[in-house]
Amino acid sequence: MARKLPAVDVVLVGFGWTAAILGQELADAGLKVLAIERGGWRDTPTDFAVTFAQDELRYYWRRELFEEPARETLTFRNDQSQTALPMRHLGSFLPATGVGGAGIHWNGQTWRFLPSDFVAKSHNTKRYGSLPEGMTIQDWGVTYEELEPYYDRFEYICGISGKAGNLSGKIQAGGNPFEGPRKREYPNPPMEMAYAPTLFAKAATETGHVPFPCPSANMSRAYTNPLGVTLGPCTYCGFCEKFGCGNYSKSSPQTTILPVLMRKKNFELRTHCEVLRVKHDAAAKRATGVIYVDTQGDEWEQPAEIVILCAFAQHNPWLMMLSGIGQRYNPQTGEGALGKNYAYQIVSSVNAFFNDKIMNPFVGAGALGIGIDEYNGDNFDHSGLGFIGGGYLACWQTNGRPIETHPVPKGTPKWGAKWKQAVAKNYLTTLSIATHGAVMSHRGNYLDLDPTYHDVHGRPLLRLTFDYTDNEHKMSDYLTDRAAEIAKAMKPRETHVKKREGHYSIVPYQTTHNTGGAIMGTDPKSSVVNRYLQSWDLHNLFVMGACVFPQNPGYNPTGTVGALTYWAADAIKNTYLKNPGALVQA
Amino acid sequence: MSDSSVSRRDLLSAGIALGSTAALGSRADARSYSGEMPWMPGEADAPTPITPGPFQFLTPDEATFLDAAVARLIPADDLGPGAKEAGVTTFLDRQLAGSFGKGSRWYMQGPWKKGESTQGYQSRLSPAELYRAAIKDIDAHCVEKFSGKKFSQLTADQQDQILKDLEQGHLKLKNSEGKTFFTVFLQNTIEGFFSDPIYGGNRDMIGWKLIGFPGARYDYRPYVKQHGKKLNLPPVGLKGRPGWNPNA
Repeated sequence: MARKLPAVDVVLVGFGWTAAILGQELADAGLKVLAIERGGWRDTPTDFAVTFAQDELRYYWRRELFEEPARETLTFRNDQSQTALPMRHLGSFLPATGVGGAGIHWNGQTWRFLPSDFVAKSHNTKRYGSLPEGMTIQDWGVTYEELEPYYDRFEYICGISGKAGNLSGKIQAGGNPFEGPRKREYPNPPMEMAYAPTLFAKAATETGHVPFPCPSANMSRAYTNPLGVTLGPCTYCGFCEKFGCGNYSKSSPQTTILPVLMRKKNFELRTHCEVLRVKHDAAAKRATGVIYVDTQGDEWEQPAEIVILCAFAQHNPWLMMLSGIGQRYNPQTGEGALGKNYAYQIVSSVNAFFNDKIMNPFVGAGALGIGIDEYNGDNFDHSGLGFIGGGYLACWQTNGRPIETHPVPKGTPKWGAKWKQAVAKNYLTTLSIATHGAVMSHRGNYLDLDPTYHDVHGRPLLRLTFDYTDNEHKMSDYLTDRAAEIAKAMKPRETHVKKREGHYSIVPYQTTHNTGGAIMGTDPKSSVVNRYLQSWDLHNLFVMGACVFPQNPGYNPTGTVGALTYWAADAIKNTYLKNPGALVQA
Repeated sequence: MSDSSVSRRDLLSAGIALGSTAALGSRADARSYSGEMPWMPGEADAPTPITPGPFQFLTPDEATFLDAAVARLIPADDLGPGAKEAGVTTFLDRQLAGSFGKGSRWYMQGPWKKGESTQGYQSRLSPAELYRAAIKDIDAHCVEKFSGKKFSQLTADQQDQILKDLEQGHLKLKNSEGKTFFTVFLQNTIEGFFSDPIYGGNRDMIGWKLIGFPGARYDYRPYVKQHGKKLNLPPVGLKGRPGWNPNA
């Protein structure tokens, strides 16, 4: 029997980006806020100091900053005809455990979605007619224009380095001309550019595109954010994504918010405590608090006036399923919304090998690169193409960490003398163009509870059923063909076109852009939360993170996750607190 | 490096299941923080280099097999030394003796099914158990096929053929899955060739020198704009490099 603790105003489940933002906003509003985190405290000087952060084996390959499947994992299958089996070690994506969450080891690629992305269903049906059979995309219930000030806030908290492409409707030279209008410039100028992205920029221009420096949460210069927290200039060390920054140069909860938040008397963080479920009173349409377990195995009931789920994407719908909140999605009937519309990203690449161009790939940063956006979203006419959606193309120079990054030409054996020669020959003189494609939601892609496997606490594991559909493959092939054309324009010795073929696999790393399962929308029948990320079922339960995306556009998610969190924080502070109840009438 | 991190690392390598958190005892105690930035002196979570000395996991037969096999995966040649010379066998030994070998971060509960290739690793064997079973199986196969000779006693061409058969799933082993073993083994060999020397492989930074990776540096600002220029920076490990030591 869980022992009951004194009540707080707000309990935050998990303590990554979204909880740090909400903790700061709601504690500032005078509320007593408690964050409960399953992992431990982590900070720059103790956990990823510059004296030992550059350790490829320990942090990436031995997964020290990430979730431990031994404690919690999910099961996976491509479709309902298969038996889902546990993801026994991490591969395709890398959720975190510990303070800061995946905000510690992300790249820092910080985009805004396109205005049309937020109305994907109505926009695409209006322009192209009916959607492909089984595609279940929806409008978000919030518009780009509504989110613009909140994107701005997140970008200024982070100190994003970039160049505006559209200032209040006026297209700006040097920026992304396809982006939605922004009210002001990025807080910091673009990063200094390494060689490979400049070669891409030249070839992209020659082939009729408009290249721009990708928006980056790696600092192009020292920066003090609106909370008064200072970040240092990025040193291009090449140990960024999958690593913690030792230099206070990558925006993370620790480098932007926690130094202010942790000092507040009305904020408390409990680490090594894992929330097992949300307690609720269905009749009263209220959550009453959470049940969590500490490391001694003791269970505690933490009552709260407001409960906010801030765990990593798919953990939030999982917690709701375990708590019996909402109607679970049924892929046969299409009824129920909880677990519906899981989506991901579809990525591919084209490597270009040169004889004489030295790239120095180890000079890198997680969001250092040049992109083009001609093929994203609905920036191009899809008539006759057989798919909707798109993605950006970019030449990133993130790293030359040799266990991970040792590109070899097509047809090279995977080991032996020929492999060794190819690695030695091409390491310094190869660049890669990445494509980063959207995944539209589909009737058969969803989350539910596994009937067989359990986590360390005895809870059923989340079951993921997911595969790419025709739409994704056609779209990704289209993007990859465009990347190959640009690569060819650089006149390399040879290229290696690496299309994403076949079924989705949980094995190779792709991206940690897992979305959906607790989607936002305008109708409680087809969404889990309303436009303010408030549960349709329990008015004092809010759900953060990419799990609210109805489908996944062709950009990295964190910019939009941050914007939605500030948007929800304002709704809670300015509207909900004055009159607790449903913010949108169903 | 603090005492607490040493003891934590030692516990980890002894296989006691702790999490990936900063300080010893932090997994054991839930903690509450309020009103201050948490910081304690001596809590830095520095890595622990391997301890020198005899093998901790491998038997002499297993070490002989691995010496021979890693020398085929990354051979010594005109370009320089290979995986054997880089100490990859020692690297593998320490990895298999520690947390990785035990699969202590992996989900290792049944029921066990083979599954689709898209579902990933589904063996009930931990990495250390997989190496033990597969090496025994491969040597037994070689003894049978090559009139009493073990893998290490075969010609380089014969060894390459065995490795290719494993890679392509053509070699059926008695108690282990050959292709699964090969995938893990090749990955670990590359790790041993290219990881920081504190873990026992990449001796004298052989792997890094081969390709021109400057190692565990943290500030390339002077070089970002030196487009196309070969930098020739000598590699640095987490414990520095020989050039820093006047007696080296």
